[in-house]
Amino acid sequence: MTPLLSAPLVRLAEEAVPVVHPTNAGGVFDLLWVVIALPALGAVVLLLGGRRTDRWGHLLGCATVGVSFLLSMVLFFSLVLRDEADRSIGQHLWTWFTAGNYTVQLDLLLDPLSALFLLLITGVGGLIHVYSVGYMAHDDRRRRFFGYLNLFVAAMLTLVLASDYVGVFLGWEGVGLASYLLIGFWQQKTSAAVAAKKAFVVNRVGDIGMALGVGLMFATFGTTSFAGISAVSGEASEAAVTGIGFLLLLAACGKSAQFPLQSWLLDAMEGPTPVSALIHAATMVTAGVYLITRSNFLFDYAPNAQTGVVVVGVITLLMGAVIGCAKDDIKKALAGSTMSQIGYMILAAGLGPAGYAFAILHLLAHGAFKANLFLGAGSVMHGMDDDVNMRHYGALQKAMPVTFLTFAMGYLAIIGFPGFSGFWSKDKIIEAAFAQNGLAGTCALVGAAITGFYMTRLMLLTFFTDKRWEKDVHPHESPKVMTVPLIVLAALSVLGGLLLLDDWIVDWLAPVVGEPGPENLPVPAIFVSLLVVVVVAIGVAAAWFLVGKREVPREAPTTVSVFTRAARADLYGDAFNEEFLMRPGDRFVNGLVGFDEYGVDGAAEGTAAGFAGIAGSLRRLQNGYVRSYALSLLGGAALVVLALLVVNI
Amino acid sequence: MSATPFIILSTLLFSIGAVGVLVRRNAIVVFMCVELMLNASNLALITFARVNGNLDGQIAAFFVMVLAAAEVVVGLAIIMTIFRTRRSASVDDASLLKY
Repeated sequence: MTPLLSAPLVRLAEEAVPVVHPTNAGGVFDLLWVVIALPALGAVVLLLGGRRTDRWGHLLGCATVGVSFLLSMVLFFSLVLRDEADRSIGQHLWTWFTAGNYTVQLDLLLDPLSALFLLLITGVGGLIHVYSVGYMAHDDRRRRFFGYLNLFVAAMLTLVLASDYVGVFLGWEGVGLASYLLIGFWQQKTSAAVAAKKAFVVNRVGDIGMALGVGLMFATFGTTSFAGISAVSGEASEAAVTGIGFLLLLAACGKSAQFPLQSWLLDAMEGPTPVSALIHAATMVTAGVYLITRSNFLFDYAPNAQTGVVVVGVITLLMGAVIGCAKDDIKKALAGSTMSQIGYMILAAGLGPAGYAFAILHLLAHGAFKANLFLGAGSVMHGMDDDVNMRHYGALQKAMPVTFLTFAMGYLAIIGFPGFSGFWSKDKIIEAAFAQNGLAGTCALVGAAITGFYMTRLMLLTFFTDKRWEKDVHPHESPKVMTVPLIVLAALSVLGGLLLLDDWIVDWLAPVVGEPGPENLPVPAIFVSLLVVVVVAIGVAAAWFLVGKREVPREAPTTVSVFTRAARADLYGDAFNEEFLMRPGDRFVNGLVGFDEYGVDGAAEGTAAGFAGIAGSLRRLQNGYVRSYALSLLGGAALVVLALLVVNI
Repeated sequence: MSATPFIILSTLLFSIGAVGVLVRRNAIVVFMCVELMLNASNLALITFARVNGNLDGQIAAFFVMVLAAAEVVVGLAIIMTIFRTRRSASVDDASLLKY
């Protein structure tokens, strides 16, 4: 059972690892900075403008992201029209800082990889902005919400456009801040405030990995720019590159909620649903996948780090899926599924050039269908008086036809129904996993079956089975401003597979991540595809027999198997953290406090008290009687005389 | 001429004075005892001046006398004031300045 660790899981690509060498192209590409500047400007205006901007704040928020999206489209197609060799465009903004012979330039890099991210962030982000206009319509602080959303978009765009790891770190921290602000947006709820803090703290652990990784890069290469490192990464010692790889993996685990830093994502669902869709499903949590794919010029030289990536991906994709099976909160079930799907992406990214393109394909497909599912869940909650418990739903397909149909598209996409986007992307990842390691492939296959199970369960509990809602709840369809983004995202969920037409995405990304080597599947690819479809069908059927055919109780049964209990407790991730990290930390800190109080303070205060005591008893000598003073004078003089006698004799 | 009887006398006078300062309560008596001690030391100074054959000791004795005169003026004034306010010349009664 140990081939995953002992066998040479990941081989170096036969082809050379691509080097980043951006050129300045001029023309429309000079507007690259505007893509970031617009949402940043929106955030500044909305957050500093105060109540004056309340009336039109949401419109400005949508407009900035919308224009960014149009500009991204123009940039993307301009990039498509260029020669494959010239698709790496740099834009120098300014020199950020210089220290000795180390200089950080604030440069932007537009290449096939970041161009796809531009479209995803501004496209899905724009749709979610529009949806939020309706979803947050009754919130007094809607303008502030849009300010935070714009801040997030600007930070995320910085993350993917920076051409230097320090620049990436800037965006990385920016999205962390925006995520914190948005999870805790309803700060009057204690649970939301606590969840925001938890997300921030757990992310901080990952950020330490990022910061140390950047430091190690500087120590190893003397530079932190993509171009500088990719030119020399092959010559560095493998130990250094492996160290950087593991530190970047830690960073990715934090931001992408991968094992062992997964615990924050489920709590992050306390934020408003559009936030869950945009940040905690479609974009920010995929930053880890971006980081690993972008750092292909490091990971391709660090097979051990790649093995680590694969292990993390496999563990998380199973964990997330299992957690998703037991949750009754519709958003938490989807959050488990997000963990699981990102696990697939991380797994693919760990497979090297054979998997990078499919990781990005799954990321884009997931960005569309998971945003669709989350916004659909938000639409359901909107109609159900913000109830998130699926046991209180049931038979909603008549009450919310548009939500139901769009949700169904997302559902078919995520389980990998043949023809839908998730089918193509997940199938390719499972194939690539099988080609490199049987165990990883098998786990990915099992994950696909569980995905089929929990998504079908969610679908059945929400839209089918008997109606279980209370009499005073009146489910209704959401307004157009919410359903239109759903329809667009549903269309993307269906059509996402087109990116794989004629291996387009593989060829498109090849200049950035390298050509995948020849596939060496032991069996024909069609066999793997069939296998995937069969196991998914088994998962769906299991859900049908276990959930669909039975009576669903309104209250969650408490007499359940040990596995269900474990899954309901998020596989004891929080319990583990509390027992092995928080409590020892508490004890350590309490010990330090005790040492400070009794050790340091005790020494200082004890000395002072000792002197005060001595002085107190010496004070008694001042009794006010002249004769006793005279006696001490005489005694002193006698002592002096005695001393003189002793010395002289 | 031997200096020894003078030194013995001086020591006796000084001891009487010292014991008086320690054991008497009347401020005037204490004061007189202080004068006795000063004069005992004067006697010793003059004796040693004779023994050494120079005037250093005698000059020192003059200084002590001047000092004693000044001290008497101040000291008697203080004792007078205390006696006026307290109707008592006991040094033990003037013991407010303490811990």
